[in-house]
Amino acid sequence: MSDNGCGFPAPGLHSFLFKPMFTVGGFEFNKVMMLALLTTLVVITFFYLAFGKAKVIPGKLQMMGEAGYDFVRRGIVYETLGKKDGEKYVPLMVSLFFFIWIMNIWSVIPLTQFPVSSIIAYPAVLAAIVYLVWVPLTFKKHGFVGGWKNVTGYDNSLGPIKWLVSFIEFFSNLLVRPFTHAVRLFANMFAGHLMLVMFTVASWYLLNSWLIPAAGVSFVMTIGMILFELFVQAVQAYVFVLLACSYIQGALAKHH
Amino acid sequence: MIANLVQLAAEHAEEQNPLIPPGPELLVGAIAFAIVFFFFWKKLLPNINKVLEERREAIEGGIEKAEAAQTEAQSVLEQYKAQLAEARHEAARLRQEAQEQGAQLIAEMRAEGQRQREEIVAAGHAQIEADRKAAAQSLRQDVGQLATDLAGKLVGESLEDHARQSRTIDRFLDELEEKAEAAR
Repeated sequence: MSDNGCGFPAPGLHSFLFKPMFTVGGFEFNKVMMLALLTTLVVITFFYLAFGKAKVIPGKLQMMGEAGYDFVRRGIVYETLGKKDGEKYVPLMVSLFFFIWIMNIWSVIPLTQFPVSSIIAYPAVLAAIVYLVWVPLTFKKHGFVGGWKNVTGYDNSLGPIKWLVSFIEFFSNLLVRPFTHAVRLFANMFAGHLMLVMFTVASWYLLNSWLIPAAGVSFVMTIGMILFELFVQAVQAYVFVLLACSYIQGALAKHH
Repeated sequence: MIANLVQLAAEHAEEQNPLIPPGPELLVGAIAFAIVFFFFWKKLLPNINKVLEERREAIEGGIEKAEAAQTEAQSVLEQYKAQLAEARHEAARLRQEAQEQGAQLIAEMRAEGQRQREEIVAAGHAQIEADRKAAAQSLRQDVGQLATDLAGKLVGESLEDHARQSRTIDRFLDELEEKAEAAR
């Protein structure tokens, strides 16, 4: 795969495969798993330092934590679900946002330099959790028949095309939705990581004789991509949580 | 060559579809997220929510206290104003009363003075009248006596008894008085 004639070590799918670092009782532990657990550690440590001994008059760290917490709580959950319905889902959404964000950020941290969410398993788990929240909620809220009507958008006023609409809605909501929810995050991080590796490796590769100016361009692109990725990482975390909220809102809504 | 191909094939076999999640990763992801979620859910968010609530109450409490203080100040001010107005009213009333009482007192004293004056004047008049009468009486007697004495001396006989019986002198004097009245 890496040998394409000129010796340029182009990044590809192999960039997302890791040899096990160590094995515990037959369980192969790799770098990405370690980063996932490190994500947990970072999120919990930061928020423990910020909120562990929270004070009415906040310190700097608590203020930062509160700003982040408030952003998710007010900016996403209350905005989509309202204060009354949304309150229950605040812990889930706050956890999702910061967990995903930190998973993404490893992409640009020196030494780690790999977004955990570019391995489909991690977004998939999170999307599955959201799916398992909103689907049962639909049936709990509207009953069995009402739940199906809500999910499929079944509406008698549509006439004969209601069957077609219902089928498309069923397909899009129940089958495709969790997939797109996970893949949207995965693909963004996957592509971002490819680009970063591309320009980083190229900066090295072009660093000989008359190609040095090209290496400079590539290096500038690397810096630019890092800044762009920082933006995308936050946006993707935001989008994931926003979509989760809108799914729950759809489940709670009276009419689809 | 064949070995190379085998190695390549093995590498390709390792490169599975990136959209198919590997099992162990799913497990680690689930555990990693679960820890974050439970920590937020059970410990950190209740913690910060309590503090945010306390802060909100502290701010609202401060505002409420200030409002209460202002209301109290307002009521006290109104009370003072009311008291001041009442005091002014009372003062005006007292002044009015004093004036009225003073006027009444003066009027009473004036009436009393008038009465006393009239009494004194009346007493004076009575006294003068009595004195005049007494004087007239005594004068009349004296004049009568003198006239009688004079007549007796002139006539040389005592006319005392006669004069007393006939009361000539009195009649004479009454005539004199009448004349004097008429002349006046």
